Amino acid sequence: MTVFDELAGQRAAVEVLQKAAGAAAAIVRGDQVPAGAMTHAWLFTGPPGSGRSMAARAFAAALQCVNGGCGTCAACHTTLGGTHADVRFVVPDGLSIAVSEMRALVLRAASSPTQGRWQVLLVEDADRLTEAAGNALLKAIEEPPPRTVFLLCTPSTHPEDVSVTIRSRCRVVSLTTPSAAAIAGVLVARDGASEADAAWAAAAAQGHVGRARKLARDPASRDRRQAVLGIPRKLTSISAAFDAAAMLISSAEEEAAASVSEVSAKEKAELETALGAGGTGKGAAAAARGTAGILKDLERKQKSRATRAQRDALDRALMDLAGLYRDVLAFTLKSGTAPVHADVAEMTRAAAAKWTPESALRRLEAVLACREAIDANVKPKIAVEAMMLSLWQG
Amino acid sequence: MSTTPAPLRLILGDDEFLSARAVSSAIRAAKAADPGADIREFDAGDLVSGALAEAVSPSLFGGQRLLVLRAGQDAKKDLITVLLAYAKAPDPEVSLVVAHAGGAKGKALSDGLRAAGAEIIPAAKITKARERTAFVRDEIRRLGGSCSEDTADALISAVGNDLRELSAACSQLVTDTGGKITIEVVQRYYRGRAEVSGFTVADAAVIGDVPGALEALRWALAVGVDPVPIADALADGVRSVARVAGTTGSGYQLASSLGMPPWKVERAQRQARGWTPEGLVTAMHAAAEVNAAVKGGAEDRAYALERAVLAVARARRGNR
Repeated sequence: MTVFDELAGQRAAVEVLQKAAGAAAAIVRGDQVPAGAMTHAWLFTGPPGSGRSMAARAFAAALQCVNGGCGTCAACHTTLGGTHADVRFVVPDGLSIAVSEMRALVLRAASSPTQGRWQVLLVEDADRLTEAAGNALLKAIEEPPPRTVFLLCTPSTHPEDVSVTIRSRCRVVSLTTPSAAAIAGVLVARDGASEADAAWAAAAAQGHVGRARKLARDPASRDRRQAVLGIPRKLTSISAAFDAAAMLISSAEEEAAASVSEVSAKEKAELETALGAGGTGKGAAAAARGTAGILKDLERKQKSRATRAQRDALDRALMDLAGLYRDVLAFTLKSGTAPVHADVAEMTRAAAAKWTPESALRRLEAVLACREAIDANVKPKIAVEAMMLSLWQG
Repeated sequence: MSTTPAPLRLILGDDEFLSARAVSSAIRAAKAADPGADIREFDAGDLVSGALAEAVSPSLFGGQRLLVLRAGQDAKKDLITVLLAYAKAPDPEVSLVVAHAGGAKGKALSDGLRAAGAEIIPAAKITKARERTAFVRDEIRRLGGSCSEDTADALISAVGNDLRELSAACSQLVTDTGGKITIEVVQRYYRGRAEVSGFTVADAAVIGDVPGALEALRWALAVGVDPVPIADALADGVRSVARVAGTTGSGYQLASSLGMPPWKVERAQRQARGWTPEGLVTAMHAAAEVNAAVKGGAEDRAYALERAVLAVARARRGNR
């Protein structure tokens, strides 16, 4: 077993990473290695859900592990769990990574590794670096300390979101969309899902490993998917289209709230305690004075996180919907490819019998246009309403 | 003295202008009745109960006295006790006027004075359009003029919602025209519009009033309304029409199922005439498009809005 086992269908990338990890181990031992065998900066790209951050984590573990990534030693466990002393994770939960945050991290990344191997800075979603934050990082990447490794992850759909100066200094690891079979294999092996469940979830997730795992394990997300797939049948009138839009938005809000509200409340309570809330007696009121600004800062951060969670949830729903219309299109064209949503194939087949390929394509494009509109910062409600009307009109 | 004012008066409400005007009219009336009247003004927050007792105690020389207590909601507890004790047996020579913002703060004082039989002078903030129209008409009538409801509305849309400015405009118009105020008079004195929101634009656009909508849009942009809320209002306008289109029933019946307030449902029902489903789809698309355009998608946000307004108005008539 190795730490790379969980990467579904990424054989080429894993080979590159294992070779580099071997060279890195040689450097730690003090052996001579050919130039370029190990690189100080890596850029993991790939479509959403292909496991970029997982690949970066696995690579980090392989760098820290004395056995080259055995997956069982303390170094591997702590790295994968995010608690290794020499691995710093930047996981933006807001909409962007601020320069102040980056500067602090770059400073820490410049120190020698405490355990004598490698100092690793792992930036998930490097496309969310602001321009200033990117420049702060660039300075470190340009003149890296000898034992520091930068691992950046970015979706391949937007490579231009990472500045060219950073990109040009990184070795690129391209991940591919894993096949449904590869994802199903991981689900069975790691999560203990049944063969049938795994195959269904892998297909429905459209190449997104995390989504497939969620579908296989979490009944709530299965229900949400079911509700989304029921939408096309409900679009019988204009007001039904608006109802469907309101339903989609509110379910995305609920999903986001469920995912962040607990953490947010806990964070707030902890900060309040730290600031001396609830204290009684002499001096308690004076100590609590002037803390409102700090709480506000936290609230701002939490709001940014909630907004992102909402958009992500909405995007998942839209992807499910797009998959549905893709199935209809595939059936109308009699292409014979496997459907994304195999469990509702009957419905899509019935729709395919009624619609022309053009109208199925128009609907598919309406869904994709809605995603783009939300990306362009259109109010999600308005974008989804416009989409629903297009879906209704056909 | 012909009419003695009530010994206790309570100006109740949080509109600064109305409350200040009631106070000054009380002072003016007291001076008119007795030029030598003793007029004292206090801020309730600063007044201590001893000073109040001194102020309401009978004067050695007699004569009328007017006591004005501003910001009555800030009165301290012991002051309220003294005030209410006094209110039970007011001195006939002293007239007490308390201005109170209403609301929960200092409620004991306002309730106590009301129970003691104080004359209530309302000065609550005017929020509803109908009340504002009534205010203008009353104002003009008070100054000895007359005007119709339409004229009052025209004046409000020209001057804005601020009561102080409206009152000043009324007195100006009455003085200049001799009292008979018509729409023509308002239009001669006031050009343009003071307050235009995105909703004004949207309301005109969804009833197909292209000149009205474009004019409102230009005014809105000229007075500095941000394009983003205008775009949102446009989408909201189309949405409300689309939601009520094809429904029947009163505003109250539909309000809960549509999640909109009854007045909005009824207005949307009126606006929904002349819309086809296809037109609504086109209009909603135009609204979504302009929403992206005003957020950085377009070079010229004003132009993008104009195009959207035209598209929405045109979609209604169905001659795409």
